[in-house]
Amino acid sequence: MITPKPAHLQPRYDVVVVGAGPAGLAAATGAREAGAERVLVIDRESEPGGILQQCIHPGFGLHHFGEELTGPEYAQRAIEQTLEREVDLLAGAYVLDVAPDRRLKVTSRDHGVAYVDAGAVVLAMGARERTRGAVRIPGERPAGVMTAGFAQKLVNMAGLLPGRRVVILGSGDIGLIMARRLVLEGVEVEGVYELMPHANGLNRNVVQCLHDFGIPLHLSTTVVHVHGRERVEKVTVAPVDERFVPRMGEARDIPCDTLLLSIGLIPDNELAHRLGLRLDPVTTGPVVTSTMETSRDGVFACGNVVHIHDLVDYVSQESLLAGRGAGAYVTGRAGRPDNVRLTPGQNVRYCVPPTITTEREHTVYMRVAQPMAPCTLRLGDIYEKPLRYVFPGEMLTLKVRPRFLEGFHGGSLRVDIVPRDEEPRRAPRTQVTSADAEVHPGGEEA
Amino acid sequence: MRYDVAVIGGGVIGCAVARELSRYRLRAVVIDKECEVGLGTSKANSGIIHAGHHGAEGTLKGELEWRGNQMWDALARDLHFGFKRVGDLTCAFDEDQRATLRKIMAQGKRRGVPGLELWGPERLRREEPHLSHDIVEALYAPTAGVVNPYEACFMLAESAVRNGVDLALDRTVTDIRRVDHGFDIDVLWRRDVLWRRDVLWRRSGPQGQEMVAERIKSRFVVNAAGLFADAIADMVDAGGFTIRARKGEEYLLDKRLIGYVKRIVFPCPTPTSKGILVIPTYDGTLMVGPTADWSDKDDLTTTAEGSAEAFAGARRLAPGISEKDCIAEFAGLRAVSDTEEFVLGPSRVAGFVLAAGMQSPALTAAPAVATLVVDALRDDGLELVAKDDFEPTVPAPVRFAELDYAEQRALVARDPAYARLVCRCEIVTEGEVRDAIDRGARTLDGLKFRTRVGMGRCQGGFCTWNCMELLRERLGVPLTAVTKRGGDSWVACERTEVGA
Repeated sequence: MITPKPAHLQPRYDVVVVGAGPAGLAAATGAREAGAERVLVIDRESEPGGILQQCIHPGFGLHHFGEELTGPEYAQRAIEQTLEREVDLLAGAYVLDVAPDRRLKVTSRDHGVAYVDAGAVVLAMGARERTRGAVRIPGERPAGVMTAGFAQKLVNMAGLLPGRRVVILGSGDIGLIMARRLVLEGVEVEGVYELMPHANGLNRNVVQCLHDFGIPLHLSTTVVHVHGRERVEKVTVAPVDERFVPRMGEARDIPCDTLLLSIGLIPDNELAHRLGLRLDPVTTGPVVTSTMETSRDGVFACGNVVHIHDLVDYVSQESLLAGRGAGAYVTGRAGRPDNVRLTPGQNVRYCVPPTITTEREHTVYMRVAQPMAPCTLRLGDIYEKPLRYVFPGEMLTLKVRPRFLEGFHGGSLRVDIVPRDEEPRRAPRTQVTSADAEVHPGGEEA
Repeated sequence: MRYDVAVIGGGVIGCAVARELSRYRLRAVVIDKECEVGLGTSKANSGIIHAGHHGAEGTLKGELEWRGNQMWDALARDLHFGFKRVGDLTCAFDEDQRATLRKIMAQGKRRGVPGLELWGPERLRREEPHLSHDIVEALYAPTAGVVNPYEACFMLAESAVRNGVDLALDRTVTDIRRVDHGFDIDVLWRRDVLWRRDVLWRRSGPQGQEMVAERIKSRFVVNAAGLFADAIADMVDAGGFTIRARKGEEYLLDKRLIGYVKRIVFPCPTPTSKGILVIPTYDGTLMVGPTADWSDKDDLTTTAEGSAEAFAGARRLAPGISEKDCIAEFAGLRAVSDTEEFVLGPSRVAGFVLAAGMQSPALTAAPAVATLVVDALRDDGLELVAKDDFEPTVPAPVRFAELDYAEQRALVARDPAYARLVCRCEIVTEGEVRDAIDRGARTLDGLKFRTRVGMGRCQGGFCTWNCMELLRERLGVPLTAVTKRGGDSWVACERTEVGA
């Protein structure tokens, strides 16, 4: 693939986007659409596309492109859409620092260390995987304990294997995908162990990656010890009680040479910290407005930097919005500030954006704390919607149109998801495919 | 070939001895069972250069702590490893402990440790606002420092090698015999043959190496074999002591907490233990630990109990510290002699010198221990003629992250490899990783401990791949031959069909 590079890195751009994964690419596109003239996207890899390039499985793009694509196919479309709009791309580069006046310190093989001034900055650095230290698994520290994403890179990018007999801790989507991928490569996958009483990834991945391949999923069970001086030799697993304390009496050893970790993603917020942005303690990403602007003027954020998404399609859509916000900011067409706060209530962990306006249409993304089915989503006392089920691994999306808030004059709306045990069932207003219903049961127009 | 001195053990003691020996016209070799120096007890060390006032009077540990302490500035300057005198605080929670503080202070003063001060709650709150308000008084010692212990090992070894010392790594000593004018040291060399096609498919298991028997001849032997110093000494009947392992677990915290505590914080020591500390490491990230439990000599496990103990102990000193901020943990083994004292100096076998029982404050004392060992060798008949061309310094490694804008620009203009980032958490460039390989790093851990690559909050998630590629490229080995820390610690293997 040919990647155009700016022959000369300009000292000033209207919008600089940090990260050329799906979020950054969409943000750059959005910025151009909104009228920003000179837009630069910076990525640390030698090719744009981000983590999608190693996600060679299908399942991407149903919402955003209306067809099922593999990760690299999705990336290619996003790259083409962006480059068509004459966006400069600086690959193999890294943003060392961003000052509050939006001066970026960039290092790259092609241009050395340089400062670049930006009218607006979009942070789209994505997420990183949680590692062993984050959950403090006791035991030795041999080689062979690795994140599922690293194993994915080994298999899909280098044509190597992470090991011969694998145990997977955590049922995040990457772990589920890798369980299937490794079985297809002839690796023995002993099982997936999940601390929580429910899977963490998308239900479709549990079905298509585990059930269809006969890989057992052990819920409420965790790895309590890693054995092996040089390379993993075995792990000890044990079921946990309702307070997540391992029941060691029921522990058992599993011989294996590899322990893959799929125990969650964390927004990669090095630059957000450097900028001193206000961060949300729940998402650990920056607090954003409905145009995805952070607590610093002209600094926007989108994608997994803000909160962990389940589908890349939503990343693209959210990031388009962030790019448009950045474009509007530099062309002086920014809209009026948000005037309604969404307060997470029962079984709602967070809402992004946490504030909206009564003037525009908004897509609000939410995560729940507990599985619940059937249930009702309530927006203050002005809206109610029945849902077949909600699940922590699956993001909820809610479209809020201005007409819907016409009669609303308050400042805050509480969002609750409550059980619907005895109520008579009402059919959803719009027919959705079964796949969609699983993915975003709340993805209905309000 | 016959050596004048063979140093068994390439930990900080062995490396310091080797470097001290390299000042003289003689042939010396360092033998270590690991694939790089410093990967045993020295790596998993708290990294504290003790202030000089804690060690009891009349003990080797106490006297060498202060003597060694004063030697680190010159070493760090010459060898460019991270060393900083951050100072320490020993905290008292009640009147009894205040009395202990005064005893330690008096002891330090008699020894000549400068700058000791007692801080009341007000001063303490001003200097260290995040420490517990239950601390009624603290003893401040400005001479305490922190060092990256593995870096010190690498640099001491590099300096020794530059001045003519040989390294014999991946070699386990199996037997030592006294022969005329010296010793025969039998070693098993675990030679990695993983890149050979015919053994690739056997990847999993120790078949990836072949064992080669070798004999190293030397006139003198220095036993700096850490946990195994007792077994090594027994080979020539120079022992009569045992070494037991006391495990310490340590927990590293996210760099979000850099600056949360600025000095090394000790609880008031009990007769048996220095307790759980809060340690701002050389790079600023906080570490809590170490625990202290008797264990097997190969037990490097971290445990749920150890974690609970370390965090409970740390919270007593600084209540805001939480498990949630933990990014990595490790365990190390102290080599403890029966007497709890250093076993240092000549043995009952002429030419066989001991540097054993090296537990805390052995890191602090290491430079002083090295000079004592060389003195003992001379007393046993080793002739020491100073070299005129001894080079005390090594070239300073590039630390891109520590340079200012103009310096960084100049550096990358000279060599664009310094412009490509390999590790984003710790800001380490390709040029730095390449340099580390060229200076002896052979493994992912070797790179990590030399450059900090992979040490940050993502724990290698992003950079491991880049490091593997660079090792492959510079060492000319396939990716499947790249290891975490030598031996059977492979990272990736060939696709199944190769050996299915």
